[in-house]
Amino acid sequence: MAYLTDHPIDPQELVRTVMRASDGAYVLFEGVVRNHHDGKAVESIFYDAYRPMAEKEMSRIVDTVRTEFPETAVAVVHRLGRMAVGDSSIAIVAASPHRAEAFAACRTIIDRIKETVPIWKKERGPDGEEWVGWQGRC
Amino acid sequence: MPSMKVRLLYFAVLRDIAGTDTQELALPDGTTAAQVWERLRGTFAKLADYTQPPMIAINETYADPGAVLRDGDELAFIPPVAGG
Repeated sequence: MAYLTDHPIDPQELVRTVMRASDGAYVLFEGVVRNHHDGKAVESIFYDAYRPMAEKEMSRIVDTVRTEFPETAVAVVHRLGRMAVGDSSIAIVAASPHRAEAFAACRTIIDRIKETVPIWKKERGPDGEEWVGWQGRC
Repeated sequence: MPSMKVRLLYFAVLRDIAGTDTQELALPDGTTAAQVWERLRGTFAKLADYTQPPMIAINETYADPGAVLRDGDELAFIPPVAGG
């Protein structure tokens, strides 16, 4: 399961949808808006996405990870819109009969999401707003 | 002259630069995604220095810059992603 939301994330709800009676562990990862980036203060972040493609990419990643770690059950939700410092922008749950696979699956999912899913963030601070990753790319 | 219609989507920094989120392009048959990027560089001064196109998506799937567009395609240039 992989989807986008415009509302605050309820991580425990995500855990409940993933967990099976056979699971002995789950790993919950949350990405959180922090108050700094590259030495600059951050007050809030606006997350934007190519929505249908982002959901497809997240689903593709989840499906691939499930084949790599066949005993795990996983789910991902990414929030879009404006978020304040301390808000969770993403939650990932990986559950497994044993902890090692749950840790590995969760880590693999977040690493791949950061590489290919078409989601962008615009950071707002005291000096204005900026899309992350664009400046100085050329 | 044979031509086709392609829907170009703008996201994130590119939407800010273009001032719109979508545009219909009439293009000659055989036009590649990279050639559309060249056209944008000529249109928007803020893109002039970006000689290499960002990642490219055609119909919601990543594609090569040299991919030839077809009538009805949905094309998007994907600025560096920053999800998570």
